[in-house]
Amino acid sequence: MSPADYEGPILEIERLSISFFTRLREIPAVMDFSCTVQPGEAMGLVGESGCGKSTVALAVMRYLGKNGRITGGSIRFKGRDLVNMSDEELRHIRGSEIAMIYQEPMASLNPAMRIGDQLAEVPMIHAGVSREEALRRAREVVSDVRLPDPDRMLRSYPHQLSGGQQQRIVIAMALMSKPSLLILDEPTTALDVTVEAAVVDLVKDLREKYGTSILFISHNLGLVMDVCDRLCVMYSGEAVETGSIKDVFDRMQHPYTQALFRSIPLPGADKNARPLISIPGNFPLPHERPNGCNFGPRCSYFEAGRCDAADVPMFAVDGHDRHETRCIRFREIDWAAPPKVARTTEKAVPGRVVLKMEDLKKYYEVAANSLFGKSGAKKVVKANETLSFEAREGETLAIVGESGCGKSTFAKVLMGLETATSGRIMLYDRDIQSTPIEKRSTDTVSGVQMVFQNPFDTLNPSMTVGRQIIRALEIFGEGKTDEDRRNRMLELLDLVKLPRQFADRMPRQLSGGQKQRVGIARAFAGGAKVVVADEPVSALDVSVQAAVTDLLMEIQRKNKTTLLFISHDLSIVRYLSDRVMVMYLGHVVELGTTDQVFSPPYHPYTEALLSAVPIADTHVQKKRIVLEGDIPSAMNPPPGCPFQTRCRWKSKVPGNLCETEVPPMRQLAEGHQIKCHLPDSELARMEPVIKIAAE
Amino acid sequence: MLRFLLKRIGTMLLTALCLTFIVFVLTNLSPNLEKLAKSELGARISDREVESWLAKYGHDRPILVRYGEWLGVAPGWVSEDQGVPFGRCLPRGGDPASAPRYCGILQGHWGQSTVFKAPVTDILWERLRLTGILMFWVMALMVPVSLLIGVLAGMREGSKLDRTLSTFSIATTATPEYVSGVIFIVVFSSSAVGLKWFSGTAASAATDGITFYNFFLPVLTIALYGIGYIARMTRASMTEVMTAQYIRTARLKGVSPRDVVMKHALRNALIAPFTVIMLQFPWLLNGVVIVETLFNYKGFGWTLVQAAGNNDIDLLLACSVVAVFVVLVTQLISDIGYVYLNPRIRIS
Amino acid sequence: MDDIGWLSVTGRILWQFLPVWICLAVTFAVSIRYKRSLGLYGKLFDSTIGMIGFAMVMFWVFTAVFADMVATHDVLSQISQMKNKPPGTVVPAGTSHYLLGGDHLGRDVFSRMVVGSRIVIQIAPLATMFAFMVGITIGLPAAYYGGTLDTVLSFMANLILAFPVILLFYLLVTPEIVATGLPQYMGLVLFLFPILFLVVLVNSRYYVKPQFRNVVVGLIVLVGGFFYLALVSEPESAVAILPRRLDFLSVPGNILIVFVSVVFVNSPTVFRIVRGITLDIKTRDYVSAAQTRGERPWYIMLWEILPNARGPLIVDFCLRIGYTTILLGTLGFFGLGLSPESPDWGSTINAGRKLLTVAPHPAIFPALALMSLVLGLNLLADGLREESLKD
Repeated sequence: MSPADYEGPILEIERLSISFFTRLREIPAVMDFSCTVQPGEAMGLVGESGCGKSTVALAVMRYLGKNGRITGGSIRFKGRDLVNMSDEELRHIRGSEIAMIYQEPMASLNPAMRIGDQLAEVPMIHAGVSREEALRRAREVVSDVRLPDPDRMLRSYPHQLSGGQQQRIVIAMALMSKPSLLILDEPTTALDVTVEAAVVDLVKDLREKYGTSILFISHNLGLVMDVCDRLCVMYSGEAVETGSIKDVFDRMQHPYTQALFRSIPLPGADKNARPLISIPGNFPLPHERPNGCNFGPRCSYFEAGRCDAADVPMFAVDGHDRHETRCIRFREIDWAAPPKVARTTEKAVPGRVVLKMEDLKKYYEVAANSLFGKSGAKKVVKANETLSFEAREGETLAIVGESGCGKSTFAKVLMGLETATSGRIMLYDRDIQSTPIEKRSTDTVSGVQMVFQNPFDTLNPSMTVGRQIIRALEIFGEGKTDEDRRNRMLELLDLVKLPRQFADRMPRQLSGGQKQRVGIARAFAGGAKVVVADEPVSALDVSVQAAVTDLLMEIQRKNKTTLLFISHDLSIVRYLSDRVMVMYLGHVVELGTTDQVFSPPYHPYTEALLSAVPIADTHVQKKRIVLEGDIPSAMNPPPGCPFQTRCRWKSKVPGNLCETEVPPMRQLAEGHQIKCHLPDSELARMEPVIKIAAE
Repeated sequence: MLRFLLKRIGTMLLTALCLTFIVFVLTNLSPNLEKLAKSELGARISDREVESWLAKYGHDRPILVRYGEWLGVAPGWVSEDQGVPFGRCLPRGGDPASAPRYCGILQGHWGQSTVFKAPVTDILWERLRLTGILMFWVMALMVPVSLLIGVLAGMREGSKLDRTLSTFSIATTATPEYVSGVIFIVVFSSSAVGLKWFSGTAASAATDGITFYNFFLPVLTIALYGIGYIARMTRASMTEVMTAQYIRTARLKGVSPRDVVMKHALRNALIAPFTVIMLQFPWLLNGVVIVETLFNYKGFGWTLVQAAGNNDIDLLLACSVVAVFVVLVTQLISDIGYVYLNPRIRIS
Repeated sequence: MDDIGWLSVTGRILWQFLPVWICLAVTFAVSIRYKRSLGLYGKLFDSTIGMIGFAMVMFWVFTAVFADMVATHDVLSQISQMKNKPPGTVVPAGTSHYLLGGDHLGRDVFSRMVVGSRIVIQIAPLATMFAFMVGITIGLPAAYYGGTLDTVLSFMANLILAFPVILLFYLLVTPEIVATGLPQYMGLVLFLFPILFLVVLVNSRYYVKPQFRNVVVGLIVLVGGFFYLALVSEPESAVAILPRRLDFLSVPGNILIVFVSVVFVNSPTVFRIVRGITLDIKTRDYVSAAQTRGERPWYIMLWEILPNARGPLIVDFCLRIGYTTILLGTLGFFGLGLSPESPDWGSTINAGRKLLTVAPHPAIFPALALMSLVLGLNLLADGLREESLKD
């Protein structure tokens, strides 16, 4: 049978097992994994980090490195066996029939080769065409992925493009030979939300145009729902549930899938009335997997003697379309039963004003051309432009924005690592805008603390956990003797729900979530009044996110702390914040209570942001708003309104007001401000972006 | 790019100025001058005589002034002996009216060598030519061999070939020239082992012309140390590149293993070693001094040793200027080359 | 007694090294037994390359320690009949043999090689350590503060790096320089670094507990200061601070200048390495965390950054001892600094090279000794690097 007239599944994986071999032992990475991708179908692979989803993708490409080996099962591509294929045959399939798109576009492109050459290489190898012909095809594909000025693109080097453009080039490279199967491995994790939305949109369009089958790997359920027809949920090296999007999302048949959905903030979740339910325990390490069901120890439906007796096979769910689950008890569980809500809490009443910003500005001077010398014009980067807001005791204020919006600069100024260019920051009744941290009193320093983003970076790797907390106590002048501080440190560990033995552990012995807890304990060591949390959970796995968020909320309630929650993830912002501040290129474009910001009228940027965030709920209908282009560089902002280059409402503003003048801050309602030129009549016509369909 | 070049050259000149000043101070310390006076007048002169001699020959003035004279930015000293005027720019019996006011290295006056009894410039040019030949052959042997070893070893990390080549590289970096030179002479040219393949001296190479017989050992000795070092750099760079994601991209595009190395890996992998090769020059200069002394090849390094050992102030200063200049120029070339090889920096 | 052949020469040499073998065996047995609880040092014993390197290094360390037991003759006594005699020649008195022959002055090559290890093993690690202290104390603030400080310090480091090493040695290591007292002034500054380093190290961490800090800093200043004064002061020279009775440490001027110049040559490279690593580590969140809780700069540099830079620094330390050994040999080879009778390897090679084609043994054995030590250090560094990269 020639490959051309093959009519069957594009990809069939059957009972695939993959192991990595180290000096000490064999580590199984994927066990008994099966899945089928039909022609034109998009299959999603979902799971937390370490569940083996990327390993499956690399196995399809037969690229497992020196230590990885396929130990069982088969992978058939268009009926051909990939596992036992020779290197030469494999080389003809790679890049021509199966293509792959990777997580980090910058790293996936050769820095020393022009884009054109990298693209042209594909048809030159697989179709044997001339360089000119190959470049012509490259140009075509580059315009297909909606990149401006294809000729210039082809002549550029990767570093001259922005992240979003690079990812489009990687996609173009994959499409050069019109493959039958496209594997996307977390293709948008490194990108900003609005850019991500545009890339996802592009992938969907191209899929229709080229009719390619897709294997889409992601940890984000919302994205998978957007792109795929079917999905496969993986947990600890196994597929636990597979089926169509509709079935798995609405009629799930595995406790892990259910727990996963309950731990992510969907519209309707609320920190007081309907809190998220985190999955207890930790992801098992590959060599410490339990007997029987891998999810057993963390499962609320666990039944000793059955679930841990023997390896669980996949069961087909009757009456559903190719829906399978790896749960012995799936027929006994009442899937529709509402979750047992642990406890609901009263909404905290915000107290007096703790922190107040007035017209805060932070400008940086940078050399225009940083490499080639100091001479040349200095440029002023306006990192923060007239920031004004107040935050009250016990309140959560979310600061939302994408890269370059100035949220980190703002945090630095508040912490005293930088001083403000002008404007005021008042902490209680003290001016602190121009006091650098070394001149601040211990009281002020311990009163304003920070929780950092990256759990693997937040703790000093060569100091024990206890020592690091004690150091913070010493600096903040807490406790009189070493004994006092030791006890206080143990109390702090109790506060963040870590066992006391962790005091003597080194950070490398802790998981990401546990490290983040230590970071929180350290921030609260001096009884912080204001805590800046810079994307504290974005680097954590979905199931851990809920627990850490929950902990943060709980401590906040206990201590009446003011929480400034920096994030780009609107779902979590909607879930936990009282008020929201949206920033774009150093400007606050919208500020209001959570309800005000999440319902029309919006600032056009907020509207686009809301539309861009993927939501893993089949009942939600979103208006599709795709922003053109990338976020402008803060070094070189557009004149007038910062958002005018990408705004879809610009034409509704009379004259060229948007291009010439920065809009003033307007009061729309009590406590709701936006920075926009749109007349009230237009604002009134805005429709909600997110609608929850009635069942 | 031009601004970058200008800035680099500016820094380079400033560095050269600082370095020559340091060398000038260190060679013109009072014990050195005293020694010079004694070697001119005889060892048994009194301290008073030393002082007056130094004063007569302009050595008693502030160090900065003397540095300026040597450089050629301050007017040369003028003195007189029994009514006959003479000075830095005025040889005894010359015409004071027509003598130039400035005569330092900027004007091309490098002074007189006291050891070789000849103008410094004459000696230096000849010596540099000889050393140039030596360096050329060293480079011709060292660069291709070391890059080849590095690339081969780095292509497949952990393979048997890699282990063998890496061990060889480590062994050569652990063998300084004066050790490898001694071993080579013993093995290849002494009567003790009896393999009289090569000559243990390169003195004849300078006078009778270069042959494989008299030149191979010195070249090999200098090159060997560098080979290990550059090969290790290349290997490290190559292994890093081979694990980079864009190499995976290329592989999964279906590029053949040969082209993955040749078209995708090599250029990126050679950026780091290129700088290393250029920055090796100061060390190569060391090797040259050692090897020329060991093999009795009368080139630049040998001259430097003679000048330093015999308190030949002008010659030593000139040697230092040349050495510092060579080092700085190679650094400049390395910077420019790095920018050229690395498009990430070139266009930004 | 008669001259003996190669076989018995080898046998006798191995026998002479008996104390070294015993110590090596004990060290390895103990280390392998407890390797799981010894951290990075223990992991070294998982790597063959690292173990070989370690064995070669320790061989010379123990040889230096037991040099008096291992050596068979006095290193300076000359027996004129033994000039350039081949290995295994019996001395005229007939009581013993020159195991590796005699040199051009009729001294025992074997004993000189053994005793010569002492000079290297004493100076090289110590000089490297000083170079690290200088490099670290300068490199950390340069990278941490950046700006003008960084520009100035980097320029100065490049200035030294642009000097060909040999030229620098020829300019610095001369009797004239020793006569001006310059090495002692440089030593004056240099030897202050360890004390300064320790005081800053302790103060930055314990200033929150003043009483404890005062005691420790006081102790460091007292003890360190006394050692410092004893070390730098030299009776009847430019620097004679301490009265002769208290001056228990005496370093001759020519050794001091060798030491100082080796440190001088090594520090800029260490500076560059430290600077590079610091630039990387200072962007980490735990550094920001320390800043936001109001830690002072030196605490952050010495307690947050430095400990996390230790991996590459330890590896470089081993490599650099090897490099220092090579430098010391170079000095000896050009007859700079050390006295001509000194049994150190470089000087011995220098003395032996003139008669290389006739009598190779006086030069080749110290050459091989030097090579084996440097090779050992390189292999050790390689093993350490490999093991520290794992997990």
